[in-house]
Amino acid sequence: MPVMTYREALRTAMADEMERDESVLMLGEDIGVYGGTHIITDGLLERFGPKRVIDTPIAEGGFTGAAIGMAMCGLRPIVEMMTWNFSFQAADQIIQNAAKLRYFSGGQTSVPMVIRGPNGGGVQLSAQHTHSLEGFYGHFPGLKVVSPVTPADAKGMMLTAIRDPDPVIFLEAGALYGTKGDVPEGDETVPFGKARVAREGTDVTLIAYGRQVNLLLRVADHLAENEKVEAEVIDLRSIRPFDADAIVESVRKTHRAVVVQEQWRWFSVASEVAAIIQEQAFDDLDAPVERVSGAEVPAPYARNLETAAFPSEEQIVSAVRRALYREG
Amino acid sequence: MATTQSRGKKRRQSTRASESDSGEVASAADQNGRVTDSDALLNFYKQMTLIRLFETAAQRGFRQGKIGGYLHVYSGQEAVATGFLAAHRDGDKVITAYRDHAHALLLGSMPEEVMAELYGRGTGLVKGKGGSMHLFDVENGLMGGYGIVGGHIPLGVGMAYAMRYQETDGIVQLYLGDGAIHNAAFHEAANLAGLWGRDGLNPTLFIIENNQYGMGTSIERATAMTDLAAKFDSYAIEHEKVDGMDLGAVLECAERVTRQVRETGKPYAVEALTYRIVPHGAGDFFEKYRTKEEVSKWRERDPIGLLEHHLLDSEAATEEQLEALREEAKKAVDAAVAFADESAEPDAAELYTDVYAEPVADDQAGNDQRSVDEA
Repeated sequence: MPVMTYREALRTAMADEMERDESVLMLGEDIGVYGGTHIITDGLLERFGPKRVIDTPIAEGGFTGAAIGMAMCGLRPIVEMMTWNFSFQAADQIIQNAAKLRYFSGGQTSVPMVIRGPNGGGVQLSAQHTHSLEGFYGHFPGLKVVSPVTPADAKGMMLTAIRDPDPVIFLEAGALYGTKGDVPEGDETVPFGKARVAREGTDVTLIAYGRQVNLLLRVADHLAENEKVEAEVIDLRSIRPFDADAIVESVRKTHRAVVVQEQWRWFSVASEVAAIIQEQAFDDLDAPVERVSGAEVPAPYARNLETAAFPSEEQIVSAVRRALYREG
Repeated sequence: MATTQSRGKKRRQSTRASESDSGEVASAADQNGRVTDSDALLNFYKQMTLIRLFETAAQRGFRQGKIGGYLHVYSGQEAVATGFLAAHRDGDKVITAYRDHAHALLLGSMPEEVMAELYGRGTGLVKGKGGSMHLFDVENGLMGGYGIVGGHIPLGVGMAYAMRYQETDGIVQLYLGDGAIHNAAFHEAANLAGLWGRDGLNPTLFIIENNQYGMGTSIERATAMTDLAAKFDSYAIEHEKVDGMDLGAVLECAERVTRQVRETGKPYAVEALTYRIVPHGAGDFFEKYRTKEEVSKWRERDPIGLLEHHLLDSEAATEEQLEALREEAKKAVDAAVAFADESAEPDAAELYTDVYAEPVADDQAGNDQRSVDEA
């Protein structure tokens, strides 16, 4: 199996789909001549030409809305948000049009489009350039929201996203664009709504998505070595649709759960996961569900403050120890 | 799309002067651009009358509590959509904001289905899921009916790109109110239209339905640059103004500019000056922002009255003929109201359909299974 970076996996999926299907095209800021701010789309302008790789002015609402109109006419646009922070400029288009068109047109329209870009922080971009928006977009029926962490899932879920008949919010782990992994060749799609067991274990279930999954894998190794605890790590991958069964099944085995996310705690994915567990696995729980989240502050700039604003290995280990009644 | 087909869509009535076998619209205009074909004019008279009576019936339905939500009617503005949609061809697309009943009716949606939608019935144009502000008839070219001021404008520009990308010769008629021209969505979309139009990739016809008030705020109170058509200069989009109360003037303009947009693939903008002779919406009780005198003055230029005078003065029609057409329109509206009244509400299970193309399992979509079972 070839090894490629998360970045190359995304590019491969998009280029393969553009080869396969003329209706696929892309729009975004500096995706063509410049090659993409994060070099995701590098070389695609040369391969597919300016009608299919459209450099746009800096006007997210305008070009996202235009892409929705294209999708309603049978095209399959991929919109690059240079970062998801800019998507607030397009939020009216995404939420008020893309998410609801099928419904308020009584099923007469489809919006098959992908909006993709880096999500989350960790590289000292401070308040306006650091958001984790899976809870925000996950709130709206009509959208699909996914957040792959491995290069294999980045490719497989991008293939699924482009072929999906509904709008897909594709939240990339921006800090991991350079990480490498095995990526299946060819047409290996990864379905939405299916979580992945990233590590099997018996004593506690650790749940995350995006780059926090890698953090959990490190914590799980630490727990095995130092606490004699075998943690199961679940990578949600898909926020909407959501794989409740995978979580419930794991909690029935381990009886304890810790949910970890970079986003703010209140009204978040972790809140929903905790609610699902208490609704569907209440009798299996041996301890309250723990949440480890970002600090409830706008993201700070200074390295030490930013580090303190996001979940750390120490915080997660403490949460696990609380779930095991090893500390108060 | 199956939803409209399954109801046995009646194709557009003959809204245009005459149509040859090739689908080409034969011009009803003389060399000065005035429409002289009296059959065509009589047909337009009937359509405009139907719209007016339909809107009046909708206002009545609202007062009776049969129509919920918001209700924005087109009374006074009929000549604009009637004139421009006379130049509509199969394959063209139309998108507008929430004052959308006339556009649906002119494109061939059945009055029954439109009224049933306003009444929130399962037989409505969008199955009772959108209401007055979200009329769609995709098969007949109507791409909606949108409720957020300005929010639909980028969609129309994207549709125009798609039509050239797909190598069709269709165009998009993109309607917007004067109130929509100040927000970012308009400016971002107009910029893209101008940019893409440079390469022949944007056959968008912007039609500003300038009724002179964004809700209750007059243009003078909303912008220091009150020449709305001129705003398109910023985006290198050609433009003109037309008297939106004069059907003949609109017809002439529409035929000429739609041809140009179709041939060039470049956007064009027309500011149609018109007037809403009724309140903005159902909640606009006092109309404190304008005087009764102003409304009366504009009522003298009621587009239906102007057309009536023209038809009688030029002896293109008799009063009896017009009365017969009014009677025909009234019957159609009465039938629409009766149909809406008698239709059932949407099936309760419709609550959960049309969210995604393929239904998502309830536990994956976040629905409470008990509520779904009850539905």
